[in-house]
Amino acid sequence: MSNPIPAEARAAPRVSPLYDPRIRAAAYQILLLLAVGLAAWAAVGNAAENLRNARVASGFGFLGNTAGFDVNQTLIPFAAANSTYGTAFLVGLTNTLMVAVIGIVLATLLGFTVGVARLSPNWIVARLAGVYVETLRNIPLLLQLLFWYVAVLASLPAARDSYAFGSSVFLNQRGLYVPRPMLAADAWAIPAAFGLGLAAALAFAARARREQARSGRRLPVWSVGIGLVAGLPLAAWGVLALSGAAPLSFEVPVKGTFNLRGGMQLYPEFVALVLGLTVYTAAFIAEVVRSGIQAVSRGQSEAARALGLKPGPTLRLVVIPQAMRVIVPPLTSQYLNLTKNSSLAVAIGYPDLVQVFMGTVLNQTGQAVEVVAITMAVYLTISLLTAFVMNVYNRRVALVER
Amino acid sequence: MTAGPQTLPLSFVRRDAVPPAPAPALVSGPLAWLRANLFSSPGNAALTLIALAIVVLVAPPLLRFLVVDAVWSGQNRDACRPEVVGHPVGACWAFVADKINYFVYGSYPIEERWRPNVFFALMALGVGWLLWLDAPRRDLGAAYFFVAFPVASFVLLSGVPALGLAKVPTSLWGGMLVTLVVSLVGIVASLPLGILLALGRRSRLPIVRLFCVIFIEFWRGVPLITVLFMANVMLPLFLPGDVSVDRLVRPLVGIALFSAAYMAEVVRGGLQAIPRGQAEGAMSLGLSPWHRMRLVILPQALRIVIPGIVNSFISLFKDTSLVSIVGIFDFIRTIESARVDPAWAAPTVVMTGYAFAALFYFVFCFGMSRYALFVERRLASGQKR
Amino acid sequence: MTASTLTAPATLPDIDPDLAPQNTSATRLASAPEAVTLEKVNKWYGAFHVLRDVDLTVRRGERIVICGPSGSGKSTLIRCINRLEEHQAGRIVVDGIELTNDLKRIDEIRREVGMVFQHFNLFPHLTVLENCTLAPIWVKKMPKAEAEAVAMRYLTRVKIPNQAAKYPGQLSGGQQQRVAIARSLCMSPKIMLFDEPTSALDPEMVKEVLDTMVGLADEGMTMLCVTHEMGFARQVADRVIFMDEGQIVESNTPEAFFRAPQHERTKLFLSQILH
Repeated sequence: MSNPIPAEARAAPRVSPLYDPRIRAAAYQILLLLAVGLAAWAAVGNAAENLRNARVASGFGFLGNTAGFDVNQTLIPFAAANSTYGTAFLVGLTNTLMVAVIGIVLATLLGFTVGVARLSPNWIVARLAGVYVETLRNIPLLLQLLFWYVAVLASLPAARDSYAFGSSVFLNQRGLYVPRPMLAADAWAIPAAFGLGLAAALAFAARARREQARSGRRLPVWSVGIGLVAGLPLAAWGVLALSGAAPLSFEVPVKGTFNLRGGMQLYPEFVALVLGLTVYTAAFIAEVVRSGIQAVSRGQSEAARALGLKPGPTLRLVVIPQAMRVIVPPLTSQYLNLTKNSSLAVAIGYPDLVQVFMGTVLNQTGQAVEVVAITMAVYLTISLLTAFVMNVYNRRVALVER
Repeated sequence: MTAGPQTLPLSFVRRDAVPPAPAPALVSGPLAWLRANLFSSPGNAALTLIALAIVVLVAPPLLRFLVVDAVWSGQNRDACRPEVVGHPVGACWAFVADKINYFVYGSYPIEERWRPNVFFALMALGVGWLLWLDAPRRDLGAAYFFVAFPVASFVLLSGVPALGLAKVPTSLWGGMLVTLVVSLVGIVASLPLGILLALGRRSRLPIVRLFCVIFIEFWRGVPLITVLFMANVMLPLFLPGDVSVDRLVRPLVGIALFSAAYMAEVVRGGLQAIPRGQAEGAMSLGLSPWHRMRLVILPQALRIVIPGIVNSFISLFKDTSLVSIVGIFDFIRTIESARVDPAWAAPTVVMTGYAFAALFYFVFCFGMSRYALFVERRLASGQKR
Repeated sequence: MTASTLTAPATLPDIDPDLAPQNTSATRLASAPEAVTLEKVNKWYGAFHVLRDVDLTVRRGERIVICGPSGSGKSTLIRCINRLEEHQAGRIVVDGIELTNDLKRIDEIRREVGMVFQHFNLFPHLTVLENCTLAPIWVKKMPKAEAEAVAMRYLTRVKIPNQAAKYPGQLSGGQQQRVAIARSLCMSPKIMLFDEPTSALDPEMVKEVLDTMVGLADEGMTMLCVTHEMGFARQVADRVIFMDEGQIVESNTPEAFFRAPQHERTKLFLSQILH
């Protein structure tokens, strides 16, 4: 190489288009767009032709047509004679959401219990929890649902030989009969009292914070708070009960010779689905909880103890906040899984969104594209909303790290 | 420091060693173990008792059902009816023994069943080769498992008359054979596709990235059962009218796309775990982007995610049971149809069928999860290798 | 010699002629061809101006030590030379090839320029020998046996031929860094860049790496080293460059630089690192 920089290098840098990363990037992306576009165009064309040949209607007009089939478990009024496919969709959606919410609550309770039990210093409790987790998460949910529905619930006795738990809960082939809660007219006073108690508790907590900042004195926030939140509704209840109008009464199922009357009947499909989802998801939640707690290093609680914090505050101020940071995102994805798994209802005949809409409605109308699109859109919306909330949460709790 | 006769002088040298003494009884030994682990406090003791009660309540009846009262041999339902045999009947294993060929092969023609058997052997070879971390030529193993084995299996199972193998329509396939075929198609298709999607999601090109994100999030956002329904009714719609899609292929397409999306997220986790310095080191040596990915980044990333891949294979394996809902005769479906056979109408037949299925899935899934755990431990301790 | 190689003397204080270097290397280098030329190089990270009008000419066989406080842009500067970072304005010419967006040129330049990183960046899934032969085999298309012979030669030179079959994770930090040097040398680069090669090492391992670098310098390798090892700078550098806030603040022979720093910033920096 000669001493001065060669002339061609001094010249304005020319880039061969073949080796220009920008041109290459554009070319790759245009190719991808073309490929996807062509595939989509061909698919849409084929679908239109196939539908025409099969004489299937298109568009969402069918949602207004009369459904003409019956659904045995609904949260909203539904009748075969005059309800529409649109209403059938809502029936399925509400049933899905109900199962999901109940399942999530129960699975959380069971899962946290089992997860904490797995870390118990008590050898046998830890082992038992371990066996629970390993067994249930390694057997397909579908098989578990079939087990509960076909093997357990169907082998229950007929109505007249129902198993009775106490005098007001019965279990038989037709499902679980529990007392139906009936609200009296002035029952609103109880939630009102609860709201009042909550507000008062929050106000007290704020005062306690100010007091602490001013004088360092700690007010008993927890005991006063719980007292207010639980005590006020109880007091309201008491006042109402004493004044003669029971705010909440129960219609108890009564056992007749052949059947049960009154009360609330939970269908076996529903019971099996909730039971199966709860028991299965709880095993996964237990693992999430266990790894979350284990993720907080022992050094953290040792450091807190070394600062003189008692075990209670150590757990509340140091361990749990850090564990929750680890637990919440996978816990949410377990909630999502439970919601999505509730679609297995179709296997045991519980009328959830998939069973009602993708099953019955699709069969009756034949409008596959619209029905599939609507159903998937529902689940996608739930998933994306949850993901969005999680992103916000993660950003808020993200540890500030360099 | 308090001054006293025992206080050490400022300068001190030990001349006599203190010998180790045995620990007090409550510090070590079985009694101490019991005390520390089961009865350290009244609350703990209560927990122990509750746990013991659960064990006593569950274990003996389970054992009695599965083993003690079980019926091991018999020709038909009479063997498993308490009123016929005259004693309580637990699991009716005779039913499973009678139906085992159906559970394994479905309705695959009896004289051709050597073909699924060869398929099982080929599969065991491929899986063993890939899972044994120190196996020789694992690159060849991967080529075998992802290319040679699927082609060979297809030829073998569905048959090529030109090669002297009679055609066997997929409607005759069934049982564990179908369950394994579906899982294997899932893994064989989803791993390469998942790697591509993961790379695409990390690409600098916005359109490629957007496309991959939408693809991945779509499949991850919907339940598998809706995907299977969709594959069933929409796949034939999207293809030209004269192309017919095999009943078994439809859910396979759905499962492959669905699990590719999950696989992509697993692989992406591995790619993210590789420090930037690795790419920079490769760049500074002049390696091209393709070589950087193939020689430096992917080998490391895929190694890290072996446990993740195995775990998502476990979910995939369990999820294959859903194909029974869209009318494929997988293992679960064979159980469901065998349990209503009037020749075996006995009270415990249903429970026996489910117990057998549970055992089958459990053995596979638990085994794989142990393997994933083993790899994870080895990766954690063996960073040095 | 300093003034002649720095093309932006306006930003520098005038150098006292009494302090001008009487270094024999000055004569040696004055006639050597240019290895790296930077002209008014500017770079931004978002709105942050990391490199501001950097001008620098490095001649063949020249050894340059770059120092400065953290965040002064010294690492970014040498990372621009092999395009690990893209500069947004100005020109960089390496061994007669101007750095542009052209992927082919970038590959050419990276083949000519070796780099040693603070955290080694060895490939943990490959043995020491495979680390060294990877690029010769795939980039230079060298036959495997030949690549291994070359690799063993360089591993011998950095005094660890007996570790060739081990994985990087089994070596000490100092050994890993020496492997990284050998790995770069296997591509027979004309220029070597060192990005704080000793700052991630335990103190007792610094010397073995520095000794390797000194050996390399003695053989006439063109070197740009970002380092705070001032002993190394005194011993081998032809020139010490001090950077602050993305600019070259002072540049001089090691003797003059340490004996009589001119700029206030330099004085402050030296007083902080030389106790």
